[in-house]
Amino acid sequence: MGEYAPILVLGAIAAGFAIFSVAIAPLTGPRRYNRAKLDRYESGIQPTPVPEGGGRIPVKYFFTAMMFIVFDIEIVFLYPFAVAFDALSWFAVLAVLLFLVNITVAYAYEWRRGGMAWD
Amino acid sequence: MNEIPAPVLEWDLIAPLMVLGAVAVVGVLLEAFVPRGPRFVVQASVAIGGVVAALGTTIWTATRTDVLDGDVLARGQVAAEGALSVDGPSLFTWGLLLVLALLSMLLFAERRLGGGLSAFTGRAADAPGSSGEAEATRHRLEHTEVFPLALFALLGMMLFAASTDLLMMFVALEVLSLPLYVLCGLARRRRLLSQEAALKYFLLGAFSSAFFLYGVALVYGYAGGFGLAEVADAVASRTQERPLLLAGVALLAVGLLFKVGAVPFHSWTPDVYQGAPTPVTAFMAAGTKAAAVVALARVLLVAFGGAEWDWQPAFWAVAALTMLVGAVGSIAQGDVKRMLAYSSIAHAGFILVGVVGATGGDGITSVSSALFYLTAYGVATIGAFAVVMLVRDASGESTDLDTWTGLGRRAPWLAGAFALFMLSFAGIPLTAGFIGKWGVFSAAWAGGLWPLVVLGVLVSAVAAFFYVRVVLTMFFDEPRPDGPLLAVPGAMTTVVVTVAAVATVALGVMPGPVLDLAQQAGAFVR
Repeated sequence: MGEYAPILVLGAIAAGFAIFSVAIAPLTGPRRYNRAKLDRYESGIQPTPVPEGGGRIPVKYFFTAMMFIVFDIEIVFLYPFAVAFDALSWFAVLAVLLFLVNITVAYAYEWRRGGMAWD
Repeated sequence: MNEIPAPVLEWDLIAPLMVLGAVAVVGVLLEAFVPRGPRFVVQASVAIGGVVAALGTTIWTATRTDVLDGDVLARGQVAAEGALSVDGPSLFTWGLLLVLALLSMLLFAERRLGGGLSAFTGRAADAPGSSGEAEATRHRLEHTEVFPLALFALLGMMLFAASTDLLMMFVALEVLSLPLYVLCGLARRRRLLSQEAALKYFLLGAFSSAFFLYGVALVYGYAGGFGLAEVADAVASRTQERPLLLAGVALLAVGLLFKVGAVPFHSWTPDVYQGAPTPVTAFMAAGTKAAAVVALARVLLVAFGGAEWDWQPAFWAVAALTMLVGAVGSIAQGDVKRMLAYSSIAHAGFILVGVVGATGGDGITSVSSALFYLTAYGVATIGAFAVVMLVRDASGESTDLDTWTGLGRRAPWLAGAFALFMLSFAGIPLTAGFIGKWGVFSAAWAGGLWPLVVLGVLVSAVAAFFYVRVVLTMFFDEPRPDGPLLAVPGAMTTVVVTVAAVATVALGVMPGPVLDLAQQAGAFVR
C-alpha cells in the first residue's frame, strides 16, 4: 500500500483545491449580472438563434470543436512519437505516416463538405 | 537509447481487413471529391467492389492456413502480436460476413423502389415533415455516406469475430457499433421512428459497452493480461480471487449478449429493427449476430473454458429464456419487421443452445454448428427483409401484417420466396433452417444438455405454428381491396431475393459442402 501513498496525497490536494476554489468564489467575487451571463453558453457571447418551433440549427461551434478533437488526438500520438523517434524503427515512421493520412482524409471530408465555412 | 522493437504483423493473414479498411477510407475521400451527380453510383460500385475484393483475399488467406497438430482439429494461427486469431472459425465468419454484406450492399444500392431515390434520407439534419425535407427530396439529395459507414461497420464485425485480446475486442465492438447507430437513424420514410431507433440503440449500446469494459477491467485484475490465452492460463492455475473472475465473466457476458440480442438484453431489438432503414436492418440482423456469436463463443470457450462449470448454468438459463421469449413474442406481433426481430431473438436462443453444447469430439462441435446456423439464418434474414422492401404502399413499405393478407394471390413468386424464408426459420426439412437446428441440437445433445434440446424442439414447434400461419394468410386468404401496391423489383433486390431463396433451398437439400467447411474450420486457436 505504501507506494500508493503519493497518489492518495495528490488526490487529497486536488480535492482540497477544488473545494477551496468553489467555496471561496461566492465569498470574494463581485456580483454583477448582465444578459450574457444568464444566456445559454455556446463558445462565445452571442449564441446562435434557435428557430421558433424547432428546425435546423447551425452547428458551427460543434464543427470547430470536432476539428479541435481531431488535431488534439493527432498531437497526443505525434508527441510521444517525436520524443522517442530515434529509438523507433522504420515501421513506426510508416505507421505514423499512415495515421496522418487517415487524419487528413477526415479533414479533407470536412473541408469539402463545407464544415469549415462559418456562414 | 534503447531500441524499441517494431511489432510483427502477418500481412498475408490480415490482408482481408486491410483491403476492407482501405476501401472504406477511399469511400470517405470519394464522398469529399466526387460531384453529387455520379456520387451514388460511384460509392455503391466501390463498396461492392471492396467487399468482393475482401472476399477474394479471405479465400486466398484461407488457402494459406495450415492444420495444426493436436487432439482437436484446428487451423490457422494467432497474428498481429496476439491481437487477432486468424483461425478456421475466424476465416469462415469473415467469408460469411462478406457474403452477407455483399447482399446487403445490393439492397443499400437499390434505387428503383423509392422513385429513383435510395432507402436513406436526403438530408438527415432536416426535421421530419419540414419544408427543408421536401426541398431535399425535390433536389434529389441522397446520403451516400451510408456505403463507407457500412464498410467500417463490416470491418468492425470482422475484427470482433477474430479478436483474441479483450482490448482489441472492445475496439472492434466500438468500430462495429458506432456506424450502425448512425445508419439506423437515416431512413427516408417514417423518420421519427428511425431517429428513435437510432437514439435507443445508441444509448443502450453505449451502456452495454460500459458493462463490457468493466468486465475487461475485472478480468485483467484477475489474470494480469488482456490476451484470451493469458486469461485461460490464469483460470487454469489460480484458485484464489474467484469472485473477481466470476464478476468479470458476468459483465463481459452482458456486453456480448446485448449484441447477440439474447434475453434479458434483447429489448432494443424490436424497436431498432423496426425503425432502422430495411437494408440496414438486414445487414445488422445478419451481420452483427454472426460476429457477436463467434466473439461470445471465443471468449467463453478459449478464455473461460476452464471455468465452464461456473458460467454454463447461467447460459443454459439465458438460452432457454431467449428461445421462449423470442418465439412467444413473435406470435403477438402485428408488424412484419417487429415479427422478424422477435424471430431473430428466438434464433439467438437456438444458437446459444449450440454454443453451450459439446466443445470437442469427432461429431459436430458447438462452433461448427453455430457457424452453419448463422449461415442459414443470415441468408434467410436478408432475403426476408428484401421482400419487406418490395411490399409497399403510397407512404413507403407496408409492414402491417394485416395488409399482407392474400399476397400470394397477387405476387406468387414474391410471397413464395417469403414463405420459403419463413419455413427455413421454422426449421422445416429441406430448408437450410432444418439442418441448422439439427446441428445445434445435436451439439447440445452430445454435451449432455438434453433438457435444453427438448425445450428447443418444443419452442420450435410453437414458432413453426406461427410461421406457418403467416404463410397460410398470404396464400389462402382473400386479398384486401386496400392492400399494398407491389413495387416492381429492381435488378438488385431481385438478385438478393433469388440468391437468398436458392441458398436456403441448396443448404437444406445438400448441406454437405458448407457443413464440411464449417467442420473443417475446427476449433479456436489461442
